[in-house]
Amino acid sequence: MENLVSIFINSVFVGNILLAYFLGMCSFLAISSNMEPAVGLGFAVTFVLSITAPANWLVYHYLLAPGALAWAGLPLVDLSFLKFIIFIAVIAAIVQALEMIIDRYSPPLYMALGVFLPLIAVNCAILGASLFMVERDYNFIESVVFGASSGIGWMLAIVTMAGIRQKLRYADVPSGLEGFGISMIIAGLMAMAFMLFSGITL
Amino acid sequence: MKITRTKAFKVFFTPIWESNPVSGQILGICSALAVTVQLKTAIVMSLALTFVLAFSNFSISLMRNLIPRNIRIIVELTVIATLVIFADQVLKAFLYDISKQLSIFVGLIITNCIIMGRAETYALGNPPFLSLLDGIGNGLGYSQILITVAIIRELLGAGKLFGFQVIPDALYAIGYKNMGFMVLAPGAFIAIGLIVWLQKTVSKE
Repeated sequence: MENLVSIFINSVFVGNILLAYFLGMCSFLAISSNMEPAVGLGFAVTFVLSITAPANWLVYHYLLAPGALAWAGLPLVDLSFLKFIIFIAVIAAIVQALEMIIDRYSPPLYMALGVFLPLIAVNCAILGASLFMVERDYNFIESVVFGASSGIGWMLAIVTMAGIRQKLRYADVPSGLEGFGISMIIAGLMAMAFMLFSGITL
Repeated sequence: MKITRTKAFKVFFTPIWESNPVSGQILGICSALAVTVQLKTAIVMSLALTFVLAFSNFSISLMRNLIPRNIRIIVELTVIATLVIFADQVLKAFLYDISKQLSIFVGLIITNCIIMGRAETYALGNPPFLSLLDGIGNGLGYSQILITVAIIRELLGAGKLFGFQVIPDALYAIGYKNMGFMVLAPGAFIAIGLIVWLQKTVSKE
């Protein structure tokens, strides 16, 4: 349990997937100029991450890892080099399926998240979380917690950024630094703030 | 006809400076920030990305008349992922230490928006040779930013380049200190922000 809490704190604050590992920057910069879409995308990413990380855990440990095919009578097969292509296919399939399910059963939710779902399939935060999960050797429960809390961390970052950028409209930014440049510097300052959490140990 | 006027020349050189994929079009930033703590990893990453980009553009362009429109994204992803697996295996075989340091970022080339972006906007509508040049050009444009950021971060952060000490000991003796900030994540954001500022100001004039 303590272990899970520590994974949670670590992936929301200290090792924030966006501010410490730079994953999901493209959509972070593109969508963060307004609050509402930022919140919507944040929820969508959290939702998709909490499903894809455990799903990819199952795929990896029952199909791809060295010796994982022992249940099929092939204990010597190592398919781990296929993980990139399989993970991205799993993610794309899950996103597509989610889009159809949400559309069918919850139109209001579809109105809120629908437009973001296709964007998410190629968001590097999603693939990155699955790859980190393999690299850090999480077990199934840990991967569930890791997926959800990475999503929450990402949402926290994009919502904060959207808030700052809304205020920024009234600021006098030097030309040339406008847009991308100043966003990067703000992200840098936010990353610095998040680093303050790194002293916390559980 | 002068060489600077040919279409191929333009295709190759525009993305290196004018419409640089990272600073001009804001694509592919994730990895640009993550692998730039050291010059060595940045160069290896640039090579891997240029390789994948050039060949994905080339092969998608070869197939551009065969790919049905509806499933083009999945076809593109398959081509890209195959090339990335290839690059990853080569790195693991010959440069194991660096591939460990790059950790998941080689795999994340798949979702790098530069590659999908070039495949969608260029390779699907242009012949193979020009697409190959466009791929290499964009790859070099990306590399240029990556290497600049890496030089700044490694020089200021550790006083080294390629792992060799560059800042003389005498300077340390009189009180110069490495800027530990540059090695950490926020340093990357701020360094790239300032580089973009410089580039925009210079190219405006």
